[in-house]
Amino acid sequence: MGKKILLEHINVPGIETYEVFRKMGGYASVEKALKTKTPLEVVEEVKKSGLRGRGGAGFPTGLKWSFIDKKSGNPRQLVCNADESEPGTFKDRYLMEKLPHLLVEGMIVSSFALEAHLSYIYIRGEYMWVFRILEKAIKEAYAAGWLGKNIQGSGYDLDLHVTCGAGAYICGEETALIESLEGKRGNPRIKPPFPAVVGLYGNPTVVNNVETIMDIPWIVNNGGEEFAKFGIGKSTGTKLISASGNIKKPGVYEIELSIPVEEFVMSDEYCGGMQTDRPLKACVPGGSSVPILPANLLFKTAKGETRLMTYESMSDGGFATGSMIGSGGFIVYDDRACIVRNTWNFARFYHHESCGQCSPCREGTGWMEKVLWRIEHGFGNIEDIDLLWDIQRKIEGNTICPLGDAAAWPVAAAIRHFRDEFEFHIRYPEKVKDRKHFEKEPWEQVKHLVKKEDAVLV
Amino acid sequence: MGLAEVTKEEIKFSDKLLARIAVLKAHFPKGKHKSALLTVLHEVQDEHNNWLSVPVMDKVAEVLGILPIEVYEVATFYTMYNQQPVGKYMFEFCRTSCCCLRGAEDLIEYTCNKLGVEEGQVTADGLFSVKTTECLGACGYAPMLQLGDYYHEFLTPEKMDKLIDVCRVGNVEFYSKV
Ligand SMILES: Cc1cc2nc3c(=O)[nH]c(=O)nc-3n(C[C@H](O)[C@H](O)[C@H](O)COP(=O)(O)O)c2cc1C
Ligand code: SF4
Ligand code: FES
Repeated sequence: MGKKILLEHINVPGIETYEVFRKMGGYASVEKALKTKTPLEVVEEVKKSGLRGRGGAGFPTGLKWSFIDKKSGNPRQLVCNADESEPGTFKDRYLMEKLPHLLVEGMIVSSFALEAHLSYIYIRGEYMWVFRILEKAIKEAYAAGWLGKNIQGSGYDLDLHVTCGAGAYICGEETALIESLEGKRGNPRIKPPFPAVVGLYGNPTVVNNVETIMDIPWIVNNGGEEFAKFGIGKSTGTKLISASGNIKKPGVYEIELSIPVEEFVMSDEYCGGMQTDRPLKACVPGGSSVPILPANLLFKTAKGETRLMTYESMSDGGFATGSMIGSGGFIVYDDRACIVRNTWNFARFYHHESCGQCSPCREGTGWMEKVLWRIEHGFGNIEDIDLLWDIQRKIEGNTICPLGDAAAWPVAAAIRHFRDEFEFHIRYPEKVKDRKHFEKEPWEQVKHLVKKEDAVLV
Repeated sequence: MGLAEVTKEEIKFSDKLLARIAVLKAHFPKGKHKSALLTVLHEVQDEHNNWLSVPVMDKVAEVLGILPIEVYEVATFYTMYNQQPVGKYMFEFCRTSCCCLRGAEDLIEYTCNKLGVEEGQVTADGLFSVKTTECLGACGYAPMLQLGDYYHEFLTPEKMDKLIDVCRVGNVEFYSKV
């Protein structure tokens, strides 16, 4: 069994309740931090841990905390990002349902480190029942003296509340989240200024992912150096991976940031191998925004090294032959899946979720969706592939927020690795009329139709 | 009843709802109570047949002390607020990739056929509507749908039949409790 930081007590009956959580050592980090450490010491401990943000970008948390503006004298704020809407990602929900008090505990210690006295958890509106779970946990924490004035006699005050979104992926982007938390449309802000200087209500604000916040109590209890003993190099600690798609055991797994990808997919401890023992075709390892990897680049890097579940190894080869660990949304495709259809599905998602502020994103995502629709449904032209390539390239880097890039990358990667499949759709439209085309006739059986010509060319 | 003719003055929020709104407002600093708007709109929608008419939105503006336009702006941006009447039981199926890998498209087709509606429509008796949404954070438990505050996961046609049956007799968990 791999070592656990977050899910160590997950199977203890009643761990979601205050009493059991407390009995298992819950809230100890609050006592330790508030009574024996200064806020700066907590930040230092987090820096030593090497913890990187678990929301997707992987930015070092301690460093981010040290950027928060203290000069202005404005009140500092911590906001927990529980918007979790990146396709393939369902780990934060699992954490909050099972360990709501660990999030409250993490929010208290993290707020203390930032010297914040008013913090919020922003949760996606669809998780309404989880919203209630958190409300209850917060109420219990107030009642037990972990929140409010003069927490446990330490002299530190903190108010914590949970608030919700209402169905907008873009509100996971930190500045859109802040706008939404102010009761407005979720339009991302232009940066700079960064939230660390001008955030919620114009005050210095840190936005952190649920899992990031939940790692903090362990770091405070055991020390940053202990945390850094997990994992390899700059990938320290553990990470929750939410695995879905054509595998035997979809679900949420805590892995040490060091195990081979092959072990994660094939071992019984994690995904348990392929759903119906069909061949693995591709994988999107870090949520819909990261590049898709074909099977031959998943377990091994282009250099032929074992690919590991670490930030570095997953991105080895850059976008040409690598991907990203991202949010940990690990989607596995077997040979019945159609990459064109999947890419269209993602493009539709990004078009639907674009806030519409910048034209490359607003128009480009819609255009890509249309072109992909026609290729998938057998109405494509051979020029469409280059057209798609062109559109995605013109979105990337030309928008206010990274949603534009997130929409462009999956399209680019699909063309890069599966160009044949696009061509097949265009040249054999009658073969893709049925939505389940590759279920009836897997790609392996038909690929010679487009590959043959390539062979002649070579 | 022509809903369009109802004026703001005729809309009454229950005491329970008003008390809840007061609690939510108090979570934010003085002058920042607009922050409660998204959460308040969910609660208001729950009390008004799961949709937000213009008079209802106007009433929200009044209660929160903000302009009606500020409410409309938000209500039209976020997909969870319904601007039209919806079926009493609205099945919101996830249509995103991971769910499709596990048969979401088949299940949506099955449900539409069974209820005799197309995606986005309400059944003639007003009881059911079928909608599709983007990833709901249940990708590993696919195919799935949201009904009220709850998720129904690992669905099959048989489970879908059962769910429709329990809805018909009004015996389904819908709103989570505070
Ligand atoms: C379009 C978009 C959606 C995002 N969605 C989420 C999300 O749902 N949850 C999350 O934690 N971070 C999300 N992020 C990343 C946040 O902007 C931010 O980087 C993160 O919350 C920082 O927390 P961390 O440093 O703890 O990872 C998203 C970013 C973008 C551009
Ligand atoms: S990139 Fe897209 S989502 Fe982001 S601000 Fe621009 S239009 Fe909005
Ligand atoms: S893709 Fe359906 S819940 Fe995520």
